[in-house]
Amino acid sequence: MSDSRAAVSMRGVTKRFPGVIANDRVDLELLEGEIHTLLGENGAGKSTLMNVLTGIYLPDEGSISVAGKPVRFNSPKDAIALGIGMVHQHFKLVQSHTVTENIVLGLAGGFQPVRLSEAEGRVAELSERYGVKVDPGAHVWELSIGEQQRVEILKILFRGAKILLLDEPTAVLTPQEADELFVTLRSMREKGHSIVFISHKLDEVMAISDRITVLRGGKNVGTVQTSATSPRALSNLMVGREIQFQTYPRPEMKGESILEVKGVSAEGDRGLPALKDVSFEVASGEILGFAGVAGNGQEELAQVVTGLKAISSGSITVDGRPMAGASAKDFIDAGVSYVPADRHGVATVGDMSLTHNSVLRRYREEKFGQGPLLNLVAASKYADRLIEEFDIKTPGRETAVRTLSGGNLQKVILAREMTTRHRLLVVMSATHGLDVGATEFVRETLNHHREEGAAIVLISEDLEELLSLSDRIAVLFHGEIMGIVDAAQAEIETLGLMMAGERQSEAVA
Amino acid sequence: MPLRLEMRLERSRRLEYLVPVLSVLLALAVSGLLLLMTGTNPLTAYGEMFSEAFGTSYGFAEVLVKATPLILCGLGVMLAFKMLFWNIGAEGQLHMGAWGATAVVMTGWDGSPWLMVPAMVVAGMICGAIWALIPAFLKVQLNCNEIITTLLLNYVAILWVAHFIYGPWKDPESFGFPMTKQFPDGAQLLRFGDSRVHLGLVFALLAAVVLYFLQEKSRWGFEIAVTGNNPTAAEYAGMNSRRNILLVMAISGGLAGLAGMSEIAGIQLKLLKDISPHAAPYGYTAIIIAWLARRNPWGVVLVSVLMGGLYVGGETVQITMKLPVNFVLIIQALILFFVLGGDILSRYKLVYRREAPIGG
Repeated sequence: MSDSRAAVSMRGVTKRFPGVIANDRVDLELLEGEIHTLLGENGAGKSTLMNVLTGIYLPDEGSISVAGKPVRFNSPKDAIALGIGMVHQHFKLVQSHTVTENIVLGLAGGFQPVRLSEAEGRVAELSERYGVKVDPGAHVWELSIGEQQRVEILKILFRGAKILLLDEPTAVLTPQEADELFVTLRSMREKGHSIVFISHKLDEVMAISDRITVLRGGKNVGTVQTSATSPRALSNLMVGREIQFQTYPRPEMKGESILEVKGVSAEGDRGLPALKDVSFEVASGEILGFAGVAGNGQEELAQVVTGLKAISSGSITVDGRPMAGASAKDFIDAGVSYVPADRHGVATVGDMSLTHNSVLRRYREEKFGQGPLLNLVAASKYADRLIEEFDIKTPGRETAVRTLSGGNLQKVILAREMTTRHRLLVVMSATHGLDVGATEFVRETLNHHREEGAAIVLISEDLEELLSLSDRIAVLFHGEIMGIVDAAQAEIETLGLMMAGERQSEAVA
Repeated sequence: MPLRLEMRLERSRRLEYLVPVLSVLLALAVSGLLLLMTGTNPLTAYGEMFSEAFGTSYGFAEVLVKATPLILCGLGVMLAFKMLFWNIGAEGQLHMGAWGATAVVMTGWDGSPWLMVPAMVVAGMICGAIWALIPAFLKVQLNCNEIITTLLLNYVAILWVAHFIYGPWKDPESFGFPMTKQFPDGAQLLRFGDSRVHLGLVFALLAAVVLYFLQEKSRWGFEIAVTGNNPTAAEYAGMNSRRNILLVMAISGGLAGLAGMSEIAGIQLKLLKDISPHAAPYGYTAIIIAWLARRNPWGVVLVSVLMGGLYVGGETVQITMKLPVNFVLIIQALILFFVLGGDILSRYKLVYRREAPIGG
């Protein structure tokens, strides 16, 4: 392949979870002194593959060799001993300790004393050598996110790692901090380190990597030299060129405009801009799809049109009602239903029963009690109705929903959000992780509601789903809408380019 | 390590109730060992404690007297815990309630008991509620850690009461003791028969009934339950968590305030130091009760009566067997210790597992 030696070579790695194959016979070769990007949509199997390489998961099949020798990892410790270290998205640092203390934490075995001043000297030296600027004596709570990430990198270098895995390192960084990170990564490459860089930001990937491996649906669909590829080719690899899908009959049935979003900007959880001057309309009987690579403002978009996130400028109206300063409850009252992407963390209360969960967003309604009282009998009957109508597989309505399978849990959420009289339905990653049958059911339900006159905002990373269901498709990139295209005439290449940051006018030309 | 903790798919219902029972038994067993080391036969001591507390009508009446403030504080703490607001401040709220009720008496107003007692109840509950609203407000506005604020406010409340009984409210005829004058008859709570059991017990049981209906039958109770289980889902469901924290703490503090009011109007009949037992203050015992009671109001009543028995039995063996007063505290601490440890087992299970073989 190249004259450099392979630092790591993974052959036919397969990892199964109940109901899913996360990695399907994946081959990956990491050369010495290269920056190798793992590219893929959410759920493509990137993190699983890295967890296999760091000894967190044991592969069901396949082999790994490091520096030419076959190895088997029983725990992350084995991987570290062989010089493989990972920087996770969520840092594992003790806020009240200093940089050096964090770096040596867990190193000295037993009751051996730690020579902190000595360690501090080594940290300073490493930080100098690799251009990772951070004060070894500073407390972690004093550091910015970018600096904390550098501590994580130093932690790995301090343990003598030759191979560094970085899981979406730029997701939490400002553009300036990302640039500094790239300088560090290049300097590590020069010193012979091998780096696996996980990302789905195409521009960064093109800028930093030597080679790129694209994962889709748990499979390696291609490893390419960066110099020999383009963002367009990569996005095609990521989403799949030969998509086959069924389109639902789409009679023109657009009614009056239900949701109007004008010039909306909003900040993400870290205070960075997440949505920039976003404008669109959705009419009754219309599905507006939102495409985009994960993390380009989809989550925030869903939150602002359901009242869960405040906007910093612009305006939102639902059914002609201005929603400035409205709470989530006001949006519910205005007839907005919401199926969030996170079924366990947001949409349900795992330890509570199906009955309780079926009225989660509806417990204020008159049919579920008078005045301050909650009528559990009515709620139980309603839960029974949902179980029957949506064919939810559960031991009973009193079962804690935590124990339901993904598909059944999603049915509970859909059932609850769809049996209310809604004007607007916001749906995010509705079929993610579901099996074929459940997926088909969800899509049919959405289409049915469109026919009934609901306005639907459908946010998905699955282009196939967007193309088969939507009337129009908007593409989000870095929090901006790159353009809105008619789904019937949309070409996957065009959408792929817009997902990589080209505006509609440029992409079509 | 071959032994691992593995998350249970569903919380074990059986363990949820078994853990408190086993914790009490284990606590008694370990304290029994301590007693053995001091040369006391634990079975004799426990036997004496039990027969005094639950075997005589006088003893049982005293158990109910102790249970009264415990139920009220326990209910308040339980409600706050249900919403994951860690109110460690029932002791301070109890003191402020006692102070508020005394303030009504100190105005010198000599109304009929039909007006006086309700006025004292209202004043006590309001003062307790205000004291609880301070940390709630700090939490909602500034995200201050409520464990610290509620705990520290306890000392402020205790000193606040001390200031009044050493100063402006001190009875000139008390021979220097820090206490107010005895309350007039109209400001005392009705007692039942010859016992010291007073109207406060009725307040406590009423509070349990009201809280049960709030929790199980009201939309608001549903909000509290959802918020306590998954705050993000509560936000998604359009619930106003900030408002609910303030409401929950107002009720929590109000109940502890009522405990303080009923303790001084029903038992002490004056405001003085040590409204609640020095060795094991009611407001702190309430934390253990709330934990043992599994967030169930009837559980609070039951556990409070058992804890009341521990107080009465402890006093007995202090006199008859010369056991130190801290003995009760040791048992209480051990119970909490075992419950907290045992709770892990209702959410996780211990699994013995050999290292998994790796596929090559």
